[in-house]
Amino acid sequence: MKIPAPRMRSEGWSRREFLEASGAGCLLAALGPIAGRASAVFPELRIAKNLSSVEARYYEKLPNRRVRCKLCPRECVIDDQERGYCGVRENRGGTYFTLVHSRPVSIHVDPIEKKPFFHFLPGTEALSLATVGCNVECKFCQNWQISQVRPEQVDAYEASPQLIAELAQQAGSPTISYTYTEPVVFVEYMYDCAAEGRKKGIRNVMVSNGYIQKGAMEDLCGVLDAVKIDLKAFTERFYTELVAGELKPVLETLKLLVSRGMWTEIVYLMIPTKNDSKDELKEMCRWIVGELGPNVPVHFTRFYPQYRLRNLPPTPVETLRVAREIALEAGIHFAYIGNVPGDEGENTYCPRCHSVLIRRVGFSVLQNNLKSGRCPKCGERIPGVWS
Amino acid sequence: MDRRAFLRSVAVGPFLIGLSSKGRAAPPAPFRAVRGGKSVVARGQDPSVWQGGRLDESKLGVLLDRTVAAAFGVSDAKEAWRRLFSRGERVGIKVNCLSGKHMSTNLALVWAIIERLQEAGISGGDIVVWDRLNADLEKAGYPVRTRGQGPRFCGNDYAGYYERLYAVGEIGSLVSNVVMRECDALVNVPVLKDHGITGVTLALKNYFGAIHNPNKYHARCGDPYIADANLIPPLREKTRLIICDGLEAQCDGGPPYMPQWAWKYSALLVATDPVALDVVGWRIIEQRRKEVGLPTLREAGREPTYILTAADATHQLGVADPAKIEVVEA
Repeated sequence: MKIPAPRMRSEGWSRREFLEASGAGCLLAALGPIAGRASAVFPELRIAKNLSSVEARYYEKLPNRRVRCKLCPRECVIDDQERGYCGVRENRGGTYFTLVHSRPVSIHVDPIEKKPFFHFLPGTEALSLATVGCNVECKFCQNWQISQVRPEQVDAYEASPQLIAELAQQAGSPTISYTYTEPVVFVEYMYDCAAEGRKKGIRNVMVSNGYIQKGAMEDLCGVLDAVKIDLKAFTERFYTELVAGELKPVLETLKLLVSRGMWTEIVYLMIPTKNDSKDELKEMCRWIVGELGPNVPVHFTRFYPQYRLRNLPPTPVETLRVAREIALEAGIHFAYIGNVPGDEGENTYCPRCHSVLIRRVGFSVLQNNLKSGRCPKCGERIPGVWS
Repeated sequence: MDRRAFLRSVAVGPFLIGLSSKGRAAPPAPFRAVRGGKSVVARGQDPSVWQGGRLDESKLGVLLDRTVAAAFGVSDAKEAWRRLFSRGERVGIKVNCLSGKHMSTNLALVWAIIERLQEAGISGGDIVVWDRLNADLEKAGYPVRTRGQGPRFCGNDYAGYYERLYAVGEIGSLVSNVVMRECDALVNVPVLKDHGITGVTLALKNYFGAIHNPNKYHARCGDPYIADANLIPPLREKTRLIICDGLEAQCDGGPPYMPQWAWKYSALLVATDPVALDVVGWRIIEQRRKEVGLPTLREAGREPTYILTAADATHQLGVADPAKIEVVEA
């Protein structure tokens, strides 16, 4: 026989061994090693034997068994038996289904700083999970092996929202984070997990590209406690050429989040020659201060060559420092540098007296000087979710 | 993962796929359906292949032989098959089974192709009939068979994808292990039908079923993505023959089966130039749309311009200029 046996049918190996091997081997089960580790940490987790088929929540039916997805601004019109751009939602006979509800492919316990959230329960951990799929295709995606694939291409766990909430509790995580890929595409699962988490007093944060329709985002605001948005650039051209998405809806999402009082942080991955011009940064910072206010933290993070964008060097650290200066000059109170462990731009400073409030190295909080969310020196209230 | 597990994984990983792969048989000299500098597309049509709604397999075989012979300008189709494939090669047959029993590649046609490959010296065990998913094959009435004697039938979900990412033009995709590891040669067997986003789905579009992320590349009617996918070297280099199933075709509402737009066209198109075949197939669909009062695909906002892109200076996958295409009636 020349075609390999299915990944889960290997003979003489344990499931974990098999997952480890296939992850380093030729199949796309790049998540194998991750799955293996998560199984070891959470023995309750079982590999799913099939895709889920839960009816999607955001779509409308069209003639001839077609549907129009209303989850993200792309609004895919999908023929019977076909899937939308994200690859995880399928039209079956005129009814639209999510194939990834309760089917996470990655579950970890991460520092909340890894998301990154710097003003949300610093020093704590978040049970972090993702299903496969994404509604854009960034040419610099760092998780493309799970974001740019379809559900049948990667082994997934079977994990109900109730189980996820229990795992978070068991791990002592005060937060569940929907992250790694694009949570928008598993919105139903995220919502249900968040609702279950809330019953147990667990908070919920989404790490997203913000490419979502208003209705779905408003619903999520009812169960989420914080959102981090990847603002990938401040030009439509960048979004067209490197993201296969649009800037405007992302900006609308940011405005919606802030208007709803959702704790929001922004990450801006700086890619040399693509989105690092001073003019673009100044324009973006002006927009943030004007539309969102000065208290939304902005993280300027370092790019490393990934996926289809391998012909560019990592971002020079100096470029990140210049960006941070531009942000501070524009009036943004909390501008950070990311992916440069040990840089002073990782620390939180009081916008009034400039003393160090939280000292960090990488994802570790070395010192948290905040007193009841205030600067211990001058008493300035520091925006964020601190307890 | 500890060191031991890592070493084991590196050693074992590739064996999962390639353990039983043979050494490659020598490929035959290129044999193209070209005449007088023109790409040939042979069209064989026989309304009598349908007998009371059922396919007459004997007549289908005759039609297939007639059309293949016409494409290559030989008197006996067996000669064409022998020149296209070498004994000992492994051949993949890419079908299109998305749309269930009524509008997928006809299984009887696939068996007829298998029979002719075997007559040309290809072992049954060296033939793989494949599409995206096992479930797609099953829905279309195909067996899923991955073991035992004879041809195998499987989806990419079973075979997996090769680890190399092909970044070609606007796409970045992994390619099915069937193409990468299981085949020396490919026979592309699309269906003659309309596609609600890309206008038509014929030879070029059928290879979206070979990549892991076709859902990402339907924007702008698939232009240039479909052309880019066909530039992926293993797909381009391994394809020896295209047989488009027009036994039952569909001029609107595709890719799912829409009986109101389907018709018994009772024809096969055979070529080696995917662009030329798509141009001819596109024309047939446009003609049918006109006959039944539908707007042109351009008017419908889904003109399949990716076919023209596939012929441009960047892609050079074939010819789209009708003056350089010879349609041969079989």
